[in-house]
Parts: sequence; structure tokens; C-alpha cells
Amino acid sequence: MLGFLGSRLLQSVLVLIVASVITFTLAFLLPADPARMVAGPSASVATVNSIRHELGLDRPFLSQYTSYLNRLVHLDLGRSYKQSSEVSALMASRIWPTVQLMLGAIALELLIGLPLGIWAALNRGRWPDTLVMGLAFLGAAAPQFWLALSLVYLLAYRFALFPLGGYGGLNHLFLPALTLGIGGAGWYARMMRSQLLEVLGQDYIRTARAKGQTPALVLLKHALRNATLPIVTMIGLDIGTFMGGVVVVESVFGWPGLGRLVWDAIRVVDIPIIVGVVIFSAFAITLANLLADFVQPFVDPRVRYR
Amino acid sequence: MTTVVLAPVARKRRNRSLTRFLRNPAAILGLVVCVLIVLTALLAPWVAPHDPDFQFPEGLTMEGAPLPPGGAYLLGTDLLGRDLFSRIVWGARASLTVGFVANGVAVLLGVLIGALGALTRGWVGTLIMRFTDVMLAFPVLLLAIALTAILKPSLWIVALVIALINWVPIARVVYSEVAALREREFVEAANAVGASGGRILRRHILPHLVPTALVWGSLGVSTTVLLEATLSFLGVGVQPPTPSWGGIINESQSYLTTAPWLVLAPGTAILLTSLGFNLLGEGLRDALDPRGGL
Amino acid sequence: MKTRLMLAASLALLSFSASQAAPTRGGSMVVSYKDDVTTLDPAIGYDLQNWPIEKMLFDGLLDYEVGSTKLAPRLATAMPKVSADGRTYTFILRPGVKFQNGRELVASDVVYTLARVLDPKTKSPGQSFYTGIAGAQAFIDGKAKTVSGLKAAGKYGVAITLDAPNAAFLNIMAMNFAYVVPKEEVAKAGADFGHKPVGTGPFKLTSWPSGQQLVFERNPNYFFQNLPYLDKVTVKVGLDPSVAFLSLTRGEVDLLGDGIPPAQFLQVVHDSKYKANVLQRTNVNTSYISLNTGVGPLKDVRVRQAINMAINKTKVLRIINGRGVLAKTYLPPLMPGYDVAEMGYKYDPAAAKALLKTAGFPNGFDTVLYTTSTDPNPRIAQSLQQDLAAVGIRASIKSQAQSTVVEAASTPKTAAMVWSGGMAWTQDFPDPSDFYWPILSCKSAVQGGWNWPFFCDKALDARADKADQMVAPGQSAARLKEYAGIFSALNKQALWVPIYHEVRYMMKSDRLIGGLPELEDPIHNIVYERLSVTK
Repeated sequence: MLGFLGSRLLQSVLVLIVASVITFTLAFLLPADPARMVAGPSASVATVNSIRHELGLDRPFLSQYTSYLNRLVHLDLGRSYKQSSEVSALMASRIWPTVQLMLGAIALELLIGLPLGIWAALNRGRWPDTLVMGLAFLGAAAPQFWLALSLVYLLAYRFALFPLGGYGGLNHLFLPALTLGIGGAGWYARMMRSQLLEVLGQDYIRTARAKGQTPALVLLKHALRNATLPIVTMIGLDIGTFMGGVVVVESVFGWPGLGRLVWDAIRVVDIPIIVGVVIFSAFAITLANLLADFVQPFVDPRVRYR
Repeated sequence: MTTVVLAPVARKRRNRSLTRFLRNPAAILGLVVCVLIVLTALLAPWVAPHDPDFQFPEGLTMEGAPLPPGGAYLLGTDLLGRDLFSRIVWGARASLTVGFVANGVAVLLGVLIGALGALTRGWVGTLIMRFTDVMLAFPVLLLAIALTAILKPSLWIVALVIALINWVPIARVVYSEVAALREREFVEAANAVGASGGRILRRHILPHLVPTALVWGSLGVSTTVLLEATLSFLGVGVQPPTPSWGGIINESQSYLTTAPWLVLAPGTAILLTSLGFNLLGEGLRDALDPRGGL
Repeated sequence: MKTRLMLAASLALLSFSASQAAPTRGGSMVVSYKDDVTTLDPAIGYDLQNWPIEKMLFDGLLDYEVGSTKLAPRLATAMPKVSADGRTYTFILRPGVKFQNGRELVASDVVYTLARVLDPKTKSPGQSFYTGIAGAQAFIDGKAKTVSGLKAAGKYGVAITLDAPNAAFLNIMAMNFAYVVPKEEVAKAGADFGHKPVGTGPFKLTSWPSGQQLVFERNPNYFFQNLPYLDKVTVKVGLDPSVAFLSLTRGEVDLLGDGIPPAQFLQVVHDSKYKANVLQRTNVNTSYISLNTGVGPLKDVRVRQAINMAINKTKVLRIINGRGVLAKTYLPPLMPGYDVAEMGYKYDPAAAKALLKTAGFPNGFDTVLYTTSTDPNPRIAQSLQQDLAAVGIRASIKSQAQSTVVEAASTPKTAAMVWSGGMAWTQDFPDPSDFYWPILSCKSAVQGGWNWPFFCDKALDARADKADQMVAPGQSAARLKEYAGIFSALNKQALWVPIYHEVRYMMKSDRLIGGLPELEDPIHNIVYERLSVTK
């Protein structure tokens, strides 16, 4: 097991490096001028060139990349082009809200999706199954922005059950998490349903039932445990995705997460922020996937570590 | 002698699949919906009552507000005074290319690569899975903008980008499933008997992946169509005025309270396509292999 | 009869004096913005959002009277003395003005501030506005340690010498870039000064959790003792405009910093209960299509004129719900030097087609129209596309991120037509030279410049140069006339298709007290120090 962890950790570091190289290269190749974005429209060409020189953007690519790598090794993510603040400081203040949103969203996805999926599987072909399927598709087809605005309008404006956006405690977190939760719950419901159906049809399940074990016991002991394997992986993926921030939900609710930070940075080609967030995101994803792979043998004892 | 006996059995099996399919009302519904939508896309010039790109001077009120459904325009007009119904009909072309083709390719790629990653021993499999980690970490938006510089933006570019993004999570999920399946008794048994890797893949592993592929294939139709809109926003993909369902939603989302039909109409189209594809897919799966799906 | 008259008169007098009473002191307000504030360093922060906020924290030697374009002294005791040759300006500072850290402001602070703007290390967008100061270029190039044209004369005197007279210099001194910053605080905060600003202004920044909000509180030691009226201003950031609008109707937000969201616009202007809270003013900016004189058929002035005649500007105004005024020329109507007699090109597709035929394009031609991808610009671009198609010009649209559009537009021979939506040319200060040098002069017709038509007429440059040197008080009318002539010549060249000047609508809550001068100030938009709330 230790060997597994050790080699995976090493691989994760490699992933981080590769992701940062690709991002840095792409940002460099963008057909846009960060110096002009910093300078604004009224600055003369001379000023723009001066700013470009100060930011080190007129140096050859390799030189820029090695400086960046050098700073990275000292855990210095550099300074934002547009804001001059340290990238690490900017990100640090946004990480906790991002984590909160991620936890809230995943919790709601599971709370809504899993029971619905189980209900649908147990009632295959009957109306609960159709209802759940319809809801799942509705959730996936609803555009996030529209869903967010609708929820705000209904639950925060019409019926003032929740605050109109902003950052705060659980009641501020609920609507943004719900927006993400509704969108994602359908996937968990469908996966749970199809996995459960497949497991319920297995011979050993039929044997257990034939032996007279009560359905509830059968369900809990065998079926759920086997069915949740890919779902654990999906949770890992979700953790990774949400840790990179969700710009649409953050924008509607004014949630100070990483999504908005990196989106704004991409708009003005603020390379240090972009690469900084990607590195963090890569870290979160590799960690989440590592955890998901780590947990698998506990969920299904037949799976062994590679 | 064996061949003579097998042939009629094979034919009978095919006939039985067809009958099973035709007896399933949900499957028929799915087929009908899908065929209708595809036909609408193909026959758009004849189905659409107006030119989808023409901005009618009388399509907006004097102050520039769009017209609600009813009257001269079946589903009302959009924010430029264009006939919404015609735009949705023509928009099916872009959205189906993305929803069916791009998503389909993504699912195929994801299933194959994920399965391969789990079955290949040694560093090749590891490499594949770490590669997916890199792809997941990567801000796709950046890739999209960078691509606009190199390539001429078009529908096929956006379909390609979407396929390249979406196969990754599928591969991860499939990987974990296959990793579990790999250790199961029947696989070990087949191995012991000396069955080849390809045979194991085909007969024992892939059938178990069909439900997953179906889930991602069907729900993915919606998400990919909406993703196409985001990418167009960045300059990748269909350029205005070419209509797409996601694009129509994107440009009218804020008008949720004042012009809700602008989101509801294309949204319903996306929903129907996604559902139809799912019903069809499940119907096919049930018809071909009733055992697996119960 | 007399008693009733007297009663009426005294009542009238009472109500008159009541409305003229000083605004109530105290209270707080909330303003919301969609975008995060990038920086509050006055040398760096230069957009519609952080300009009014910087004015809360800092002061300059000069300022404008509230709601007008008339210059007035602020940190200076009076307007500066100008030398006979028009090149040296001497300012006397008010004594006793304190920075928020307690130290008194002196002349060396002003010298430090301006040198800092010029210093390449600061990366100030405003650097080029001050390169006219004597010795500035040598300082920038590292050949000199100080700027020879910036001198402190005693504790409160500042003398600034220019290389050549510049009629717009006082306007340049009133810009945010010249707002005075304390050297020791800049040294202490380093590059983080933009997030830890310290100035002399009426408010100080007390908290700024990143991405959420900024909280400003009254500066009790402000040198204008009656300002500010409010105790506290909270700037909420990152909120979607539609949600901010809902917050305003519920009274949780007092002012929509970005204006009325387009999606709710018609609903608001038709609702009588909002009428008193909606203010509007025509911005001093122009939204236009730039026509690249270096690309294909656009090299021919007749083609450019035909394009001007092909565009239906009223249709575009309808798309933006009438939130604009039709533009006839480069300058906005509120810009000094605007020629009322200038008619521009009339919408006449038939004449456009005929002119194209004369120019050798009877069947039109293919071209590309760039636009930013933020709503409503792709829609406007499509309206323009349809107009062009009607005269045979087949324009395909490239809808991209703003940074990409800017890059393409400022590269020679690349972008044929660019719709400036989202990047309207807005005045930096109320002077016509600001609409010439950065966007239509030879100096800016280079790679990376903002002269997207890439037009260069050295004779016009010389005329503008001469006009800028007409600094004597009696010459201002003649100078504006000269600029009117320059723009008239440019009109004949049809380098742009000017479409509209934005009309900015602001919406406030019932409790916020502020009128056009405070909420639609032509330079700073929102003058927070003069806003107040009902008790």
C-alpha cells in the first residue's frame, strides 16, 4: 500500500509540472497582449512597450519559463500583471469559499441524486422510474446561469427565504450549492440506477433473494456496495472540477471563489493568476483522484491496489 | 455441419431483437423523436418558415423589445427581431453535430481509453491515467482561445474541442469500473481458460460498460450543447449569425423575466433531444441484450 | 389678503430654504458592481470602476467642480500661475492637509507622485500623459535620477516646467494619475499599495475581503470639514447585475454602479415608481466601426464613405433600447470643439451602392467584421452585417474575447473592420486633443497603437501640435475652431463609421440623495463625497 501511495505521489508531482508547462505555453501563445491589457486603451505605444519590458514579456519564451519555474520552486507564484498583488495572496483568500461551495454542491448532488437513483432502480419501468429520469434530464439540460437566476428570483426574491447573493454562512451557501447540486444530481441518480440494476440482476443477488434474505438486507449488504464504485470516482471528478471554481454560479451569487478569479484573469491574459490557479486545480484533482482510487478497495474488497 | 446449424439461429436472434425493440413503446418514442429532430435539421430549409438570420424591422417593438410567441412568429422573435422558430429549426444542425457527433466521439474515446488504461499492465496504463489527470486540471477555456488563433473557427473545430474535453471524465469512470471488473472471477476464469485479451474485452468487459456509456451519452447531449455556447462566446465554433440552441440561450439568459420564451424554447429542444436519444439508446440496449439490463 | 400672501410667501421661503439645506451628515450606502476592483493605486487603476473609488481615497492638485467640466483647485489653494512662455506652472499647496497616516502633505510629495507615474517600474498606464514634462524622457530612460521639470519651491510650492506649451496640461493635472501618494506608505506596501491605499481623501479603506466587498469609512481629519456627508460606503463586487437590481428594489443596495442592466431596462423606464430614481446623461464617448485603410478595398476613401452611408444607425439604437444618441462624427456633442454643423454621412443604401460601383466594386466584396463577444455587441455586429450585405458587402463576423480583438485591431493590415462595442473611445479629459492623438494621429498608427484605421496625415499632426500650443487665455476659441477643422478633414476621410454615443442610466434607491451632478459626473461618474442618505 505504501508503495502505491509513494508512486502515486510522485506521479502527481509530474502531473502538476506538465499541467503548468502546457498552461504557461498556451497563455504565451494567446493572440493577445497582456501589456496592452494592463496599460488600457489610452496609453501610448511607448508606455505599453515599457510595461511589457517591466513585466518581462519581451524576453524569449524559454527565459520567461525558467524564471517562472525558478520562482515556483521557491513556492512563489509571482504577481498578477493587472493587480500587482501576489498571486498566492489573491488565491489564498478565495480557496476556502471555493471549498465550501464544492462541499455544499457535492453534498446536495448526493443527497438529491442517490436516493432518487435507488428509488428509480427499485421501481424499474414504473412511474417513479420515469419521473426520476425526467428530472435527471431536466437538471442536466437547464443552463446553469438560467437555473441560478431562477432560483434567486424564486427563493430569494419572491419568497425571501435566502439572501440575494453574497458570501456568508450556510444560508448564503445554500442557493449556489443547490444550483450546482440540481445540475449534477441527475448524473448521480442515473449512474446509481444503472449500476444498481446491473448488480440486482447478478446471479449471486438472485441467490440471496432465493435463500429468503430480506430485500433490504440484500440491498444494503451486496448491491449498494458494488454499485457505488464508479460513483466514488465521479465524486473524485467533481471535487476536482469544483476546486477549479465554477464561474457562472460564482458570478450570479457574488461568491468569491477561484472560478471568477481565473475567468477574469483569462479575459485580460493575466498569466500569473491563470497558471497559479491551474496548478492549484491540478493539485486538487490529482489529490481527489488519488483518494478515489485509494478508497476503492474498501468499497469493493475484490479490487486490489496496482 | 456446424455452420449450417448456426446460420438460422443467428437470423432468429436478429429477428427477436427487432421484435423486442418494436414491442417497447419507450424505445419507439425515442426513435421517433430522434428521427424527427434529425429530419428537421436535414430539411431545415423547408421546415423553417423564415430566413433564420433575417432581422425583421417589425420583429422588434419600437423600443427594441422582442415579440412574444403567437402572431406572425410562431415562437416569437429574438433580441434582433429574427424568427425564433426558424432559428431553432436551423440551430438543430449545429447542436446535433455537437450533441450527437462530438458527444458520441467523446463517449467512444472515453470508454476505449478508460478500459485500455485499466487493462494494460505496467507504465503504459499509468501514463494514460496520469494523462487524463493533466487534461482534467487544464482550463479548457484557455485551450479554446488559443485554438482560435491557429485555426479558422468553425462548427467542426468546436465539435473537436468538445470531444477532446469530454472524453476525460468518462475515461476516469470507466477506468475505475474496469479495474474492478478485472479482478472478478469470470475474468480470471476466462484468463485461465486462455481467452485472448481482446475476447475478454469484448465479451466480458464492454457489455458491462454499456449502461455507463448510455448515461454519459444521453445526459452528455445536453451538457455538450450548452458547452458549445460557452465556446462560441470565446470565439471558437459557430460565428454569428449561425444559430445554435446553446447560442440562443447564451445571448438571452439575462432576459429570463422579460422574455422567457427565448430560453424555454431552445431549452426544450435540448431536453427533447437528450431524452429521445436516451430512450432510443436504452431501447436498443434492451432489445439486443435483455439479460444485461433486466 | 395680505396675510395670506405673506403666509404663502413665508411658506415658499421655508420650503426653498429646506431644499437648500445641507445634506444630512452620517449614514451609510451600498453600491454594487459586477467586476472585482483591480487596484486602488491612483497611478495604476484606470477604469470606470476604480476612478470614482480612488477619488474617495486621494486628492489631486486640481479637480473639477461637481457635475461639470470646469477645473477648480483642490489641494492647491488656487489655479496655478502660468509663466509668460506658457511652459511653467506654479502651484501653491494648502497648508495643513494630512495624509490618512497623520503626516502633513508637502511639495516634495507632489514631485514624488508625478515622478512615480513616469517611473517605468510603476507600470502606470498614465505615463505618456506626463512625458511632456521637461526631463521626463531622460528620467524614463534612466539617464537622470530626477525629473528636471519637477521642482519643489519651498514647503508648499511646486513648479512644473513643460518641454512645450500644452493647452490640455491642466486637465492632465486633474487626472487621477496626479493624485498625491505618500512615499513612505508606498515604500512600506510595495507592490501591494493598490490594495492598501493611503491618501489624503475624504474616506479611508477599512476592509477589503478579496472578491466580496470594500468598506470605506469617513476620514475625520479631512481638510474640507463639511465633506464627506456619509459615514460609510460599502462597495459590493462580483454581483450579477440582475441580482444587484433585485437587491436594489429590496433596498439592500443603494446604487447600481454599472447602471441599469439591459435585461431590466425597459421594465424600469416604464415603471413610474422608479422615475425619480433613474438619472441619465449622454457620455462623452463614441462607439464606432473602425475602417482599416491598409486592408483591401478599404484603401479607397470612396469605399469607406459608401460603408458610412450603408449603416442604419437608428436600427442599432433600437437594439440597445434607445440607450444612445446617434453619432455623426468622431467627437461627442459634449466635447468642447464639437461642430454642430457637422452632418456626417446620411443613411442612403442606394447612394452607397452607386459609390461602390464608381470605386470599382459593382458586386461588392468580401470582408471581415470583428466584435467582442460580450452582449450586446455580437447582436449589433449582426445588424451591421445585414446592412452591409444590403449594399453587396459580405462581411463575416469574428466574435472573440476582447483581448484578442484588441490585438488583431492594433496589428497593421489585419482587421478590416472592427466594431468598437465594449471599447467605445471615452474621453480621458474634456479636450479634443484626447480624441486625436491616441486614435487618429501618425504617432498611434503603429503596431500596438489604438489607431485602428492606421491613418497617418503628417499635415494634420502638425496642425494639432500647433493647436495644442495655443495656451494663451484668449486663444481657446481659436484653438477649438482649429480642432473642428481637423476633425472635419478627418470626416471626409471616413476612417470610422461613428454609430452612437452611449447614454448612461444610473439607478439609485429611494434613500440615497444625489442628483445628476453627483451621480452622473462627466469625469468621475460617481462623486461619493457628496452623496448622502435620508435619515
